[in-house]
Amino acid sequence: MATAQVAKQTQSTMVQALQSALVEEMDRDKDVVILGEDIGVRGGVFLITEGLVDKFGTDRVIDTPLAEAGIIGAAVGMALYGLRPVAEIQFIDFIFPGFDLLVTEAAKIRYRSAGQFGVPMVIRSPYGGGVRGGSYHSQSPEAYFVATPGLKVVVPSNPYDAKGLLIASIRDPDPVVFMEPKKIYRSVKSDVPAGTYEVPLGKAAVVREGKHASLITFGAMVPVALEAADIMNKDGVEVEVVDLRTLQPYDTEAILQTVGKTGHVVLLQEAPQIGGYSGEIAAFIAENAIEYLEGPIVRVGGWDTAFPYALEKAYMPNPNRVVRALKKTLNF
Amino acid sequence: MPALEEESLANASNDLSMKSEPKIRVSLPEGLSAETLREMYGRMVLTRLCDDRAFALNRQGKIPFAATCQGHEAAQVAAAYALKRGTDWVVPYYRDTALALAYGVTPREQLMCLFARKDDIFSSGRQFPNHYSVPDRKIASISSIIAAHVTHGVGMALAFAMRKEPIVTLITFGEGSTSEGEWHEAMNFAGIHQLPVVFMCENNEFAISVPQKLQMAVANVADRAAAYGFPGVICDGTDVVATYSVVREAVERARSGDGPTLVEAKVYRAMSHTSDDNQLTYRTQDEVDALKARDPIPRFEAWLKDRGLLDDATIKQMKQQAQAEVDEATDWAEAQPPPTEADLYTHVYASGPLS
Ligand SMILES: Cc1ncc(C[n+]2csc(CCOP(=O)(O)OP(=O)(O)O)c2C)c(N)n1
Repeated sequence: MATAQVAKQTQSTMVQALQSALVEEMDRDKDVVILGEDIGVRGGVFLITEGLVDKFGTDRVIDTPLAEAGIIGAAVGMALYGLRPVAEIQFIDFIFPGFDLLVTEAAKIRYRSAGQFGVPMVIRSPYGGGVRGGSYHSQSPEAYFVATPGLKVVVPSNPYDAKGLLIASIRDPDPVVFMEPKKIYRSVKSDVPAGTYEVPLGKAAVVREGKHASLITFGAMVPVALEAADIMNKDGVEVEVVDLRTLQPYDTEAILQTVGKTGHVVLLQEAPQIGGYSGEIAAFIAENAIEYLEGPIVRVGGWDTAFPYALEKAYMPNPNRVVRALKKTLNF
Repeated sequence: MPALEEESLANASNDLSMKSEPKIRVSLPEGLSAETLREMYGRMVLTRLCDDRAFALNRQGKIPFAATCQGHEAAQVAAAYALKRGTDWVVPYYRDTALALAYGVTPREQLMCLFARKDDIFSSGRQFPNHYSVPDRKIASISSIIAAHVTHGVGMALAFAMRKEPIVTLITFGEGSTSEGEWHEAMNFAGIHQLPVVFMCENNEFAISVPQKLQMAVANVADRAAAYGFPGVICDGTDVVATYSVVREAVERARSGDGPTLVEAKVYRAMSHTSDDNQLTYRTQDEVDALKARDPIPRFEAWLKDRGLLDDATIKQMKQQAQAEVDEATDWAEAQPPPTEADLYTHVYASGPLS
């Protein structure tokens, strides 16, 4: 998967991995410019860009005004005329003041100009619950972006992928919404090579092999899925865990392969179930692989409410709920 | 400046009045009695204790998050008292602890939201602390989304105006918030319709780490009002009396149909942005220490003492009383139950959950 030679392996957090992707890309290409709220001297509220303003200066590390429409719109303009902007939206819950610039403009400019213009930009933004962030620092709004042709949507689940996917996103000719699972920014470590490498967009990873059921998920739900698989394994049930990594375009081949192998599918996401991303994958499987299914496709997600502060634990999917879903399809 | 009004202190009588009222006569700002001034001081003291408690509880690991208004108390209390409480609406933001406590929120209610209890009246533990929603005291619902509420406030004012109700709406926000598109859209709307609104910017010169000069190219937020066709006024937001008179005038303009005013209260932020922030990553300890000289509480205390409106014994008694209230509220709120899973699905729709 890695395209470059691995010089040195270090155990890194996702925060470190993302930072090294930014630094390496900014070193490689002076057109890569980052912008966002508090990303300069503060280094971003999660410290992904810590120290970057000292290294690259205020021309390439821009502390913006508190205005998401301005940030995303300016990034579109920068991308239209030769730069490779990587904009940070402090929490993805704050992207909505800039939603129009993303879904109406960034996403559609290539199409509406019949390919004369392109928007090679990345919007990086922490998403998801589990850090006691309350209603507006916890959401998982991927479905809005996936439902917008013209945008790519990427969600890493571990430091290695985070670095390779961010580099691939920066080099991609189209706008990428890069959602970072804040809950595992620092809680998951993996080997991250020091050199540059890409993890290609649109390719899933089988993070655990199994033959009885397929658990398809992404981002911060991958560790939850692995825990559920561990629990099932105690009863001799082997669950295959597929990490989609890119939600749009998604890896149809990997999905067909795992469904063909196990015949049982559970889809796991953090967002509310209604209108959620899992619905797309369920429809795809129903349309293209129904002959393999030996049980219902079961979804596990957040409840269909806004994200609550005190009840965060009850709200978020946990391994037990996933186990129940697996049993439901396996015992069909 | 406020017109001065004479008041005999000997006439002031309630539990905030001093043991032995000096038989002196002083000039008081228009609209403020000695009793009211002491009450305002009391709200500032109470706020400081609630905010200190919030940070202490966070440090003890008892609550996950805290944000305080230290440095903003004078501006907020002054604004609250310049309104007709019980009639006028406030549309605040998350840094408005003093405004809320001055507008009728009790220490128990404040502590309940800090602990995110089921019976937290603002959100039943659904929102971050200090995200008030208190319709019975005319406090609008707060979002964490910067500047969204400024548009709501303007719509509320339009509704009041259409119904010919003589209600003024006070909308507050930080200077960083004035960069958002919604802020400008709200200002423009209010200007076109000459709505009965007072916009109050609590300018502490920082939006988390971003200093004002990276937020706007103008020297003052108040300068922006001209573009929307109504006045912008600057005041020292650490001075209760000065802020009071400026906001009061703006409230009168609004109520008499003369349209909005943008008040810019120059304040400072004593603490980090929230308990999740460390301001020493973007400003020095010396800078932070220097801010303490602007603390509005000792300043107002000195002002009251100079005029014989407060003495040390009364101050001590008021502080003890407020501390006892905050302690009691803390113990009580801590003992209340959190929401349970059964509460997850209430209030998604008026009719309850759909599925
Ligand atoms: C739309 C949106 N963008 C970003 C944020 C993150 N954020 C919360 S508070 C804040 C700074 C606000 O500064 P200011 O308006 O000056 O008020 P202060 O906190 O200084 O009182 C930021 C950037 C947010 N809550 N909402």
